[in-house]
Amino acid sequence: MELIVSSSIGVLTAGGIYLLLRLRTFPVILGLALLSYAVNVFLFASGRLAIDQSPILSRYGEASYTDPLPQALVLTAIVISFGMTAVLVMIGLGAYLESDSDQIDIEPDDDDPQDEGAA
Amino acid sequence: MSLAGTILLIIAVLPFVGALLPGLMIRAGRNACAIATAVPTALALTMLVVLAPAVLRGEVIQAELEWLPQLGLSASFFLDGLGLLFAGMILGVGLLIILYARFYLSGDDPMGQFYTYLLLFQGAMLGIVLSDNILLLLIFWELTSLSSFLLIGYWKHLPEGRQGARMALAVTGAGGLAMIGGMLILGNIVGSYNLTDILQAGDQIRASEWYLPALILILLGAFTKSAQFPFHFWLPHAMAAPTPVSAYLHSATMVKAGVFLMARMWPALAGTDEWFYIVTTIGLITMVLGALIALFKDDLKALLAFSTVSHLGLLTMLLGFGTQAAAVAAVFHIINHLTFKAALFMTAGIVDHETHTRDIKRLGGLRHLMPITFLIGMVAALSMAGIPLFNGFLSKEMMLEEASHTDWWGSPYAVPVMATIGALLSVAYSLRFIFHVFFGPVRDDYPSKPHDPPFGMWAAPALLVTLVVIIGVAPFLAEGIVTAAANAVTGADLHPHLKIWHGVTPALWMSIIAVLGGAILLTMHTPLDRVWNALPRPEAKAIFDRLVEAIVAAARRISDDTHNGAISRYLAIFTVASVGLGWIAYSSSGLSAPTRGLLPVPPVMAVGWVMLIVATISVVTMHHHRFRALVLVGIIGLSISAGFAYLSAPDLALTQISVETVTIMLLLLALHFMPKTTPKESPMGLKMRDGVIALGAGGGVAALAYAFLMRDIETISDYHLANSYEGGGGTNVVNVILVDFRGYDTFGEIIVLGIAGLVIYAMMHALLDGPAARRLKNTDYSQDRSRDRHPLMMVVVTRVLMPIAIVVGLYIFLRGHNEPGGGFVAGLVIAIALLMQYMASGFAWTQERQRIEYHTMIGLGVVIAAATGVGAWLLGRPFLTSAYAYVHLPPIEEFELATAMLFDLGVFLTVLGAVMLMLYSLSRIARFAGETVNVDPMDYDPGENTQDEAER
Repeated sequence: MELIVSSSIGVLTAGGIYLLLRLRTFPVILGLALLSYAVNVFLFASGRLAIDQSPILSRYGEASYTDPLPQALVLTAIVISFGMTAVLVMIGLGAYLESDSDQIDIEPDDDDPQDEGAA
Repeated sequence: MSLAGTILLIIAVLPFVGALLPGLMIRAGRNACAIATAVPTALALTMLVVLAPAVLRGEVIQAELEWLPQLGLSASFFLDGLGLLFAGMILGVGLLIILYARFYLSGDDPMGQFYTYLLLFQGAMLGIVLSDNILLLLIFWELTSLSSFLLIGYWKHLPEGRQGARMALAVTGAGGLAMIGGMLILGNIVGSYNLTDILQAGDQIRASEWYLPALILILLGAFTKSAQFPFHFWLPHAMAAPTPVSAYLHSATMVKAGVFLMARMWPALAGTDEWFYIVTTIGLITMVLGALIALFKDDLKALLAFSTVSHLGLLTMLLGFGTQAAAVAAVFHIINHLTFKAALFMTAGIVDHETHTRDIKRLGGLRHLMPITFLIGMVAALSMAGIPLFNGFLSKEMMLEEASHTDWWGSPYAVPVMATIGALLSVAYSLRFIFHVFFGPVRDDYPSKPHDPPFGMWAAPALLVTLVVIIGVAPFLAEGIVTAAANAVTGADLHPHLKIWHGVTPALWMSIIAVLGGAILLTMHTPLDRVWNALPRPEAKAIFDRLVEAIVAAARRISDDTHNGAISRYLAIFTVASVGLGWIAYSSSGLSAPTRGLLPVPPVMAVGWVMLIVATISVVTMHHHRFRALVLVGIIGLSISAGFAYLSAPDLALTQISVETVTIMLLLLALHFMPKTTPKESPMGLKMRDGVIALGAGGGVAALAYAFLMRDIETISDYHLANSYEGGGGTNVVNVILVDFRGYDTFGEIIVLGIAGLVIYAMMHALLDGPAARRLKNTDYSQDRSRDRHPLMMVVVTRVLMPIAIVVGLYIFLRGHNEPGGGFVAGLVIAIALLMQYMASGFAWTQERQRIEYHTMIGLGVVIAAATGVGAWLLGRPFLTSAYAYVHLPPIEEFELATAMLFDLGVFLTVLGAVMLMLYSLSRIARFAGETVNVDPMDYDPGENTQDEAER
């Protein structure tokens, strides 16, 4: 199981980073989403893996539980990363609508007087 | 703390408090403003006088306030002889400068600003001389650099003022940085940052192998501040400041800070060969060079500036000698230089003020026009020249006496000869100040008709030259303070006797040679001046400017290469650097042996894993088709929720699955306005590079995750598990952590989420007001539209589902404390139920039925959560402490009421409001883009037709 989880984290990270490095906004947003998955699972896994040990206290005698703290942290992280993705989507959308291009790289603006001074 | 200690603290704080006054008082007029500035200074000076007798007796007054004890930083002050001398100078001259500036500044100058800067600077300087902690001293040291920048650049409209201020800041600031390094080393050697401890550990410091680096770094700080060669060039450029600033900064305070530091550190650092050769040599060079340049400067203030450089060199040299007698001479000369140089700067300011020029070549003959100014200027300049009966003579004799028996690199002549030359040049430029400005025929081409200024303007310099004469005639009057200060510098018990006549000594002969030679040199000034001007000289400002330009160009190249505006480049650099650091950490420390075994993999999980891997790879390879990629992302999210569910995290599974739904909806909405495909434009090389980076990072993260998954850790979660039911009243530990143990975190997080929602809403509005609005109106989106946008089946199903979904949401919310669920998930579930209405029945139809604005919902949520926390306060418990009780109400089963539930309600409302506001904002754009609005739930209303038929 550990191998499955860690390899999934690795594949998600690799895919996320590759997409983050693309030159258009949409793939970057997708990349960020993948990377958020990877990070959330990574944080979750820092509590180590356990099966059938949900951190819901049993009313009927002793039981063992998995580490609840990373779960609590990841739960809010999932919601926050949704908020972050949404803001990013809006920024990307705004940039596209304003400039009619969804390219990531900023073309140097020839009208900029400072650049002329430097050149 | 003793009474004296308290007074000392008040003295240190007064100028900073006082700095608040002038800005306010300027509204009451210029006199009120000047008085408001003078009062705190005078008050501090009075308190200092009260403390003085004790210090002169040899006591050391101390005051300490703990500040950051973990860093060895405390706000501790002490007052010994040296501190008393400098504090007296700073406050005394400060008072005179405040008076002088009142008359010097014209009506156009913002006086309130000036006095505020002046008091800030005064406070910083006082801090330096009173600090008992070198870290505190460093803070004040930097403060002087900053506040002097404001003062030097006070005339913002003058380019020279701005450049001079920048140069002063760059040079002294850089020196200050070096000094921080030196002081930290010093603190490390001694093991304490307390000055008192450091001064007693001189032997330990000098024996340390870190002595030389510390010495060089500290001296860099002192030399830049005190304008020692080769950093002397900033001081003349700082003369663009108003004259009161020059008189204050460059006679009494700022430049003396470097000298003060060397004097202060004298017991700890002096006495070694390194100290002697570095400090003495630099001081000697500066003294001679400064005097030489001063002789040929035509600008009165430039002449005085270089003469200041020269005198600072003299002081540095004396401290460099490392003998006790030299230290006495240095302390005495500090006092004398202050009196005559401040008077001279003020005289130059008066001349400038009255004649509107400072060019010596355009002056002359002012003796008759400005008799009072002439008298003041002449006495001060004669003192600077070292003529008997004025105080400058006394300390110069002591300096020459010390120089006459100093060996330098085996040669007994080098230092005395150079010192005599320095003294000779000093006589020459001092006499030039007198003769070329005040003597000679009266001219009729002054830019303005000169006459003596009002009393207020010459009162301050007059007082100073009175001191010059008094000390010059009766030097024993200054013995007390000189003794106290010299004892503080050397740490010895000295009893120097200051007198005019020492008998016929070598120093007397050197003095005679200097005076006669200087007078002769002045007679030859005109031809010499021509030669000097013909000679090629390195222009310090040009060199400095080129140096700064080169540094700026280099910095710009680096930032242009790394920060070229493309996020992909930053991210690539960041990723590579992180992986590199991880690799370094791994290869330098290694790993312990694994302590855990592998868990079994059931077939379902293996299938899920394959799905996840395939979907991820497909997203990467097929991301050019954006819709397809989105669908695949949905698959990944679902696989992950399944994983959470299997790995004992039911709450996470619930959250993930609902967030997943919302995210995909959001992306779909956004995609509506964006291109549906990504062009294939990356060159192969770029793809390969990114691929390698991505695989490296992925591999690294996977290895890291695997490494820690195979090892056990200590966790603090046992506490949470043990106290969840007893303390928090819930059996769902994750939920109890969220709303109770770490409720404060959650509170912050819902605020962040609320802000994100508002940000999106604000951006939507900004977009619809900008050029994007036109583009939206002109683009035809009808291609993307479905023919039947509100299908009958969907409308009916969502209507039926709505109450069910709400009940489910409520159920999830209510059980959250004990079973998987809670505010986060409930908020998301209800949001999805509402979204379904939007999608099925249309925007306008749903909007019409909305009762609460989403903004209000966010605000309400945060307020409820906060009120829950504050409620605990009211009961005298810490913020967000929860209380609970089990209630039994027949016929319902026993249930629980907890304040945490109320907090969770806040979470629920905020999540719901934020999510809805985000999606609402995107739909607003859609409506703006010409999406038709339907007020009826369906494009086609079956009910209407049946009615028609019935009528027919």
